[in-house]
Amino acid sequence: MDRIPILKMGDALLITIQVDMHDRLALALEEDLTAKIAATRAKGVLIDISSLEIVDSFIGRMLDNIAAVSRMLDADTVVVGMRPAVAITLVELGLSLTGVKTALNVERGMLLIQKRLRGLGDFSGRRS
Amino acid sequence: MAATADWNGVIARRRDEIIQGWLNFLRAEGALQTGRIKDAELQSECGRVLALVAPDLAHAGDRSPASDELSQTLSALSRSRALQGFTPSETANFVLGLKPALFGAVAAEYAGQGDLIAAATLDATRKLDRLALITIEAYQRSREEVIIRQQREISELSTPVVKLWDGILALPLIGTLDSERTQVVMENLLQSIVDTSAEIAIIDITGVPTVDTLVAQHLLKTVAAARLMGADCVVSGIRPQIAQTMVHLGVELNVVSKASLADALALALQRIGKRVTDVPQALAAPDYSR
Amino acid sequence: MAVVRDDVMPVRSSDDIVRVRQEVRARAIEIGLSLVDQTKIVTAASELARNTLDYGGGGTARLEIVHEGMRRGLRLTFEDEGPGIPDIALALKDGWTSGKGLGLGLSGARRLSNEFTLDSRPGEGTRVTIVRWS
Ligand SMILES: Nc1ncnc2c1ncn2[C@@H]1O[C@H](COP(=O)(O)OP(=O)(O)OP(=O)(O)O)[C@@H](O)[C@H]1O
Ligand SMILES: [Mg+2]
Repeated sequence: MDRIPILKMGDALLITIQVDMHDRLALALEEDLTAKIAATRAKGVLIDISSLEIVDSFIGRMLDNIAAVSRMLDADTVVVGMRPAVAITLVELGLSLTGVKTALNVERGMLLIQKRLRGLGDFSGRRS
Repeated sequence: MAATADWNGVIARRRDEIIQGWLNFLRAEGALQTGRIKDAELQSECGRVLALVAPDLAHAGDRSPASDELSQTLSALSRSRALQGFTPSETANFVLGLKPALFGAVAAEYAGQGDLIAAATLDATRKLDRLALITIEAYQRSREEVIIRQQREISELSTPVVKLWDGILALPLIGTLDSERTQVVMENLLQSIVDTSAEIAIIDITGVPTVDTLVAQHLLKTVAAARLMGADCVVSGIRPQIAQTMVHLGVELNVVSKASLADALALALQRIGKRVTDVPQALAAPDYSR
Repeated sequence: MAVVRDDVMPVRSSDDIVRVRQEVRARAIEIGLSLVDQTKIVTAASELARNTLDYGGGGTARLEIVHEGMRRGLRLTFEDEGPGIPDIALALKDGWTSGKGLGLGLSGARRLSNEFTLDSRPGEGTRVTIVRWS
């Protein structure tokens, strides 16, 4: 079975989701990532979903779970690149992903993680 | 069973006479007066439609094998009539104008057979009336399409998203917001956020007289969607009555709001790490107005 | 309402869900839905297909293109012969789940569609139909 690659970028891990994920792939990602955070002591996780054409409650729950697990392992999760149509749909679906931080692109997401590492900015909870 | 009119035969034999009668009727009704359509064009349309009407009339049931093509042809005709600015009655008259010519032809063909003529006339009336309805419907439909397209264009034109600073967008809304327009506008805003990599979007509703619950909800959903994309929204210029509506909706909790666009801009600049300060008098730009 | 095109697909595995999503997307484009509306119906389909698989024990997805007057629509029907839903009103409530879900699938799919019907009988199965108009 294929798995989604997890790249290390400085203190953060970068996951780029490019395919229309089936459910097993999503579950495998959750597991792999947890192991990788523990192994690398990463302080941040960037999940790039700019290629995703939809996010349903299953993927939404996966993102929430990843954020919750990362938090316990002292890493912050930033979901980056959500498309407008996906965001509108997700809101309508009723999913607000309150536990995850968001950024427009990988670069901004990285800045967000670095800010927190340098002790700058309020990273305890995103203002909404 | 009584003999019935042989429509195919009648129309084949008297084609030119029928078309002439039809055209004369249309000309008398003023179909050409406005100059929106040329005589030659009208003539070829009549010929085309008559060729399809013949098998339809000859067919005993309601729908003949030619029905589909006939209604498609008529729909296309009405569509272009609608776009050319013809009225609905002018459009329907095109088909109805065939009646006198057809009846004349049948009467001449079956002279002395009163019953047959009456039955044929009745049958043709029923069928042509149905065709007239098809043209009216198609006419109406294309007008509606035009209206919908125009509404969309207007709402896009009337709500430009402007860039105030690197990373800061503003959407100054003016006029009454209905649910449809709000949706278009909000989608535009979210796309602009991506296109310009904006971190903050200011939605200014100073120019909006009232906000109903549906619109307020769209506004909130947009703020939520922008957040999911990684951008923040600030709403500015909320009028007191609107504030009240929002409170009744229980929505005041989740939007950052500022009294004026200027206040919102100051907040936005601060968020992206910029500050506006006073420049000492001596350094300020010279005042050329004196 | 005239049905112009009609296809039935199996929903028996999570790969089937992916296929249903792709087919729904293709049909949504075909009838000229806007990008946002396409995304809405594909997401609703994903939710309902997953319910068919997870709770209904598998079933079918039917994709129909329908015409009514000047509008065209995409009608999707998800059907299974599983245990059914004992309390439909409850199942439709935001946040209610009998398992470990978020309980947003049914209520969300309803919000994402223009029309929504749910028929279910305990012991017989469940059928959910949604329509999105262009
Ligand atoms: N096809 C079905 N057959 C039987 N029960 C169903 C079916 N679809 C939904 N249900 C029941 O309705 C409940 C609500 O469904 P819904 O999709 O809203 O939430 P969920 O699947 O539990 O979570 P989510 O979809 O948010 O991940 C389910 O928990 C399940 O008990
Ligand atoms: Mg579900």
